[in-house]
Amino acid sequence: MNFKLKDIIPQLITVIAVVLVFGFFTYNAQINMENRGIDFGYGFLSQESSFDVQFSLIEYDGSHSYFRAYLVGLLNTILVSVIGIVIATILGVIVGIARLSPNYLINKFAAFYVEFFRNIPLLLQIFFWYFAALRALPLPQDAEAIFGVFFLTIKGLYVPAFLWQNFNIFFYSIIAAIIAIILIKTHAKKIQEKQGKQIPVFLISIGLIFILPILSFLIGGVRLSFEVPVLKQLATTSFIYEGGVSLPPELIALTLSLSLYTATFIAECVRAGIQGVGKGQKEAAASIGLTPNQVLKLVIMPQALRIIIPPTTNQYLNLTKNSSLAAAIAYPDLVLVFAGTALMQTGKAIEIVSITMFTYLTLSISISILMNWYNKKIAIQEK
Amino acid sequence: MFKYLKQLTSLVAMVAVLFTFTTESMAAKKSKTLKNTQKKGFVRCGVSQGLPGFSNADAAGNWTGVDVDVCRAVAAAVLGDANKVKFTPLSAKERFTALTSGEIDILSRNTTWTLSRDADIGLTFVGVNFYDGQGFMVRKSSGITSTSQFKNGISACTNIGTTTELNMRDFFNSKGISYEPVAFEKADEVVAAYDAGRCDTYTTDKSGLAAQRTKMKNPDEHIVLPETISKEPLGPVVRQGDAVWEDIVRWSLNTMIEAEEYGITSSNADMMKTSDNPAIKRLVGAEGELGAAFGLDNDWSLRIIKQVGNYGESYKRNIADTGILPDRGPNQLWTKGGILYVPPAR
Repeated sequence: MNFKLKDIIPQLITVIAVVLVFGFFTYNAQINMENRGIDFGYGFLSQESSFDVQFSLIEYDGSHSYFRAYLVGLLNTILVSVIGIVIATILGVIVGIARLSPNYLINKFAAFYVEFFRNIPLLLQIFFWYFAALRALPLPQDAEAIFGVFFLTIKGLYVPAFLWQNFNIFFYSIIAAIIAIILIKTHAKKIQEKQGKQIPVFLISIGLIFILPILSFLIGGVRLSFEVPVLKQLATTSFIYEGGVSLPPELIALTLSLSLYTATFIAECVRAGIQGVGKGQKEAAASIGLTPNQVLKLVIMPQALRIIIPPTTNQYLNLTKNSSLAAAIAYPDLVLVFAGTALMQTGKAIEIVSITMFTYLTLSISISILMNWYNKKIAIQEK
Repeated sequence: MFKYLKQLTSLVAMVAVLFTFTTESMAAKKSKTLKNTQKKGFVRCGVSQGLPGFSNADAAGNWTGVDVDVCRAVAAAVLGDANKVKFTPLSAKERFTALTSGEIDILSRNTTWTLSRDADIGLTFVGVNFYDGQGFMVRKSSGITSTSQFKNGISACTNIGTTTELNMRDFFNSKGISYEPVAFEKADEVVAAYDAGRCDTYTTDKSGLAAQRTKMKNPDEHIVLPETISKEPLGPVVRQGDAVWEDIVRWSLNTMIEAEEYGITSSNADMMKTSDNPAIKRLVGAEGELGAAFGLDNDWSLRIIKQVGNYGESYKRNIADTGILPDRGPNQLWTKGGILYVPPAR
């Protein structure tokens, strides 16, 4: 009994202390807000926001609610984070492997890239890419068409819009292709385990992913046409492109700088992971007749991934949180739209900051859970 | 009987002394902000991160501008020295939180007086030190000379956290024009992006446009369009709930404006003590007990005029002579065709 009590008391004290500290902060905030005539409440979320946002994935204008504005900001944050993570991962893996290349030039170039980009503060890089891009890019009227349909200008990248007919049939054809590939893959694995025969799954997959959608065009009645951006004059020297889809330069600069910055850290994780696999593993794999490609894919990478994933998760989290620097270059992310404009218009500082903090927390924890699940999946399975 | 009268007189005198003593200390006691300011020895003032003419720091860190002068006037009145001010540069986003949380005691940062700000968020506006309105700047080469030439798809650079974003929406909506708002957190980036050609127009308060134009690569290439799309009365703000402090800030500003009205300047203020006009004598502390109501001595207004100058001097020094807005427009005294009109100091 005594022994148990000794265990519990420190924990109890910690819990009480935490509760007291939080209680004190809440109480203090309440008193101060009351003294200053500020009321607390989340009712403002349903009020009309009355400000517009430059770039939104969902339909939004100032006649929508503050909650809708919050969603706009959140989706923009998720958009830039997802694109950033994908590019940073691809670039990071390539550079990480390149750093181990026996080729002197590739090796040194990768090392230079890593050291250069990871040692300059991110905010500076964002400013650099944004303002360098703004200075370097042509005005809409001077822009040269890329492949005749893309226009990269100071006001953004204009790309043709896709106009679909029977899009759902096209969509189902892709789903069907993916299901077929998974089935073939499991089947191929079974056959290999039973008969040792290898089926060219990769080639078949590529074929399927192209053939099924093409069939949907030929017999499914799917039609695709493009709306190419057209130059329009606003004033003597001021032009824009109309039609098509425009990606604002803020989004491009932010994705570019976040990816280039985070890729350096991922590259180091990848390098560490590969170097962390014993040399003997590689030699043993080679000695049983595996090709260098197979050695990397079947022996080195599965083991390296266990070392790579946990620190890479950190980098994903960093990238997501760093995306809040968007406010500096007018990319309407969660911080700019919600913790910026909405906070200013309503004056609900505590409410909005708490919602924003909770949102970033949720985003980060979601990424963590996903990565931990993946990490567990590739960990050594004790049988 | 005679004996009693003498006693009565002394009693009255004592009560009177006691009464003045209590009213004085009550004013000081009622104002926590005043007490804290006097204890600290400096006025804590929130200003912009750099808006020429309003609040701008030079390379040595000296702040100048008409907004800065309001804080200096309060410091002169309360502490006797216009230089005893600690300036905190704030973004548009941070400014109100800094004030309500008690980090600063006066917010003098080209802030528009609106109903929701005054009523909702624990703030009180004490007056107007600059009558402004939102306008648009465009490149001269664009050939645009009026907002009626704006067309669908125009991109407008501005900064967040201001009434600007709301006015802009109201304006474009009422004209039925679709536009692309590009909103930055800080004014410097807005200017840089507009200057680089990211936006067709730059919109903010006209004073701000005039001030920022001076920062551009080639100021002559840009013009401010004649239309004004909103009313922007800019003025100092204090926290709600300290009526005495509110009065001190309000009347420090009013003193500067009224001093100009009566022709009292920093150089002639001492001579004005012997003026025949009682209104002038009250302003320079030679008559009346105006300071007592705030718990201040009677020279508080004289110090403001001597150390900071009247409103006209402040305007000339900060806005006219720097070439930002040489014409005072509505910010002229009511006696000279403007709308500056303050209640009398008496």
